[in-house]
Amino acid sequence: MPKNLKQLSESPVRLTAGHRLCPGCGEPIVVKQILAASDDPVIAANATGCLEVSTTIFPYTAWTIPWLHIAFENAAAVAAGMEAMYQSLKNQGKIDADTNYNFVAFAGDGGTYDIGFQALSGAVERGHKLLYVCLNNQAYMNTGIQRSSASPLGANTTTSPAGKLIPGKTKYQKDLTACMAAHDMPYAAQTIPGRWRDITRKAERAFEIDGPSFINVLTPCPLGWRCAPEETVSISQLAADTCFWPLYEVDHGEWKLNYRPKEKVPVDEFLSKQGRFRHLFKGDQGEEVRRQIQERVDYKWEQLLDRCGES
Amino acid sequence: MGQLQPLEGNLAVAEAMRQINPDVVAAYPITPSTEIVQTFANFVADGEVDTNYVAVESEHSAMSACTAAAAAGGRVMNVTSANGLALMWEILYITASFRQPVILTVVNRALSGNINIHCDHSDTMGTRDAGWIQLYSENVQECYDNLIQAVAIGERMDVRLPVMSCLDGFLVSHSYEMLEVEDDEAVREWIGPYKPNEPLLDVENPYTMGPIDLYDYYIEHKYSQWQAYPAAKQAVIEEGKRFGETFGREYGLMETLGLDDADIAVVAMSSAAGTAKDVVDKLRDEGVKAGLLKLRCFRPFPGEEIAAALAGCKAVCVMDRAASFGAGSGPLFHEIAAAMYTGGQTVPINNVIYGLGGRTVKPADIESVYRGLMEIADTGKVEQVCTWLSVRE
Repeated sequence: MPKNLKQLSESPVRLTAGHRLCPGCGEPIVVKQILAASDDPVIAANATGCLEVSTTIFPYTAWTIPWLHIAFENAAAVAAGMEAMYQSLKNQGKIDADTNYNFVAFAGDGGTYDIGFQALSGAVERGHKLLYVCLNNQAYMNTGIQRSSASPLGANTTTSPAGKLIPGKTKYQKDLTACMAAHDMPYAAQTIPGRWRDITRKAERAFEIDGPSFINVLTPCPLGWRCAPEETVSISQLAADTCFWPLYEVDHGEWKLNYRPKEKVPVDEFLSKQGRFRHLFKGDQGEEVRRQIQERVDYKWEQLLDRCGES
Repeated sequence: MGQLQPLEGNLAVAEAMRQINPDVVAAYPITPSTEIVQTFANFVADGEVDTNYVAVESEHSAMSACTAAAAAGGRVMNVTSANGLALMWEILYITASFRQPVILTVVNRALSGNINIHCDHSDTMGTRDAGWIQLYSENVQECYDNLIQAVAIGERMDVRLPVMSCLDGFLVSHSYEMLEVEDDEAVREWIGPYKPNEPLLDVENPYTMGPIDLYDYYIEHKYSQWQAYPAAKQAVIEEGKRFGETFGREYGLMETLGLDDADIAVVAMSSAAGTAKDVVDKLRDEGVKAGLLKLRCFRPFPGEEIAAALAGCKAVCVMDRAASFGAGSGPLFHEIAAAMYTGGQTVPINNVIYGLGGRTVKPADIESVYRGLMEIADTGKVEQVCTWLSVRE
């Protein structure tokens, strides 16, 4: 049985208050929900990024669990290395065989979709027992809002700026959750910080799997998305309601839709809340990009419904 | 008592790894070191070791996983060459900064381009500032002995640094030689059990490793790391002596031949030093007072010891199996020249760059270096600081 809200609220605090993440940042919400999902010991690997630099400014740390950061592109390899040592010592009887240790890697979309993709793919293929969480805020926010392959079409970033000629990013975002599912890994899912039941249940499922699992969390960044800090949760909910970021899971090859909005909200509702898309609401070119975004959302949604047997 | 066996360098390294029985090996194959990971994978497949062998997808992940596994709290080994070492580059510095005694065998190979699979030292010389201890082996026996000592040196609580044990690609890695292989139990007893230091698997005592470290503390942390290297140098000496007491083959920072009364001397590392020994013998037979300094420990760099050993010479040549492009000479030369100068030595010194990409260095080539030194010793003048040996122009 998944933990209820009371049990979750009583879970040990593994990322404490006092960290230096921005007001309204989605990351600590996601991290706390993921880590509250298991009472077993957990050891974290963290890629270079906002979460890493804002929670561990020496001599302070906001972590009450063992935590390791080595570099940007290797969170999966780092988690895999610790897990490999754990399995070795356990097999040799040097660690109590009855205790289950969880290993979790946290990385942004830069460290996951782009520079860290190879390490992630390799760790998943090798079958390490670890949960990889992508804190996906759809750009390189830590270095100042540069585009990533997770940035959506039309997004205004500092390396895909909205200019007089080019209206922001000209490419669609990579469908990484589907890429991970295509590894035939035991468990791949995507979710948002706005639905605590969905995210904690997925983390619990991931922790109980004897192999690799992947959760892609759309994590609003008020600074990069240029949205109000108090709207982090509601904007992530809009991402689900517009089907821009559907909630689903692929459990041992079985595709399951976890949330179907009562009414599919037009994607403009999601875009208009964010300054990164503001330029798309001026002129014909912007309108055309918004049309393409809606078309893409519709196409991907139908594709997902089909995969989940819900079309 | 050990047993005499004919083995290739690569097989001797794999044999030492089997005896050391590390908890984790995470490695990616690359010529000419591939045979080591293949052989070791067989030991794992046959249940001859307790090692969890992680066949990673790149050298970058190999060194990332090794550093993480060591931080988790156990003995970790790895193997690579050339471009593989270059791909580990970013992580090498971090392994040393975290004071994790990961043991890496490097089968030395030219670093591209153009691509070349044969021996030179451009790969490990490029990593000389990363903070790893570096030991270089002349032959198969030494690469076996050095790997065992690397574990003891790196894991000492006053050192806690990663160690590279280097052997020449093909020249040693693929050459069969007779060597003395010690008993498994004797090797295991000599290195002792792994002693973890603030392991991350100790969940009762959580540790944040690898935080962001800014201008208010970073330089103190680097200075603290800096202070480990004198202890590391001492450890190389002490463990080399202890190895000799147990197994009968003693090692030091360097090996010297004829330096007590030498007029002219060559400094070389690895297999070329073996060739140079024969040349010294020949010249000594002719009455030439020739000497050799074979450097075994390049990091920590024993500058004072080198300067003292070469003090009585009238001319010295440093042989570099790597070029430092744009510097005008090779990396070993720079450091020895600096050590001589700061040590108050005024011995004329020059540099030859040789053997890049596996170019054979013959006794006659090295003899020509000594003949050049005889001239310098006579005149006291170095006409050209750096020359390339036996190269077509």
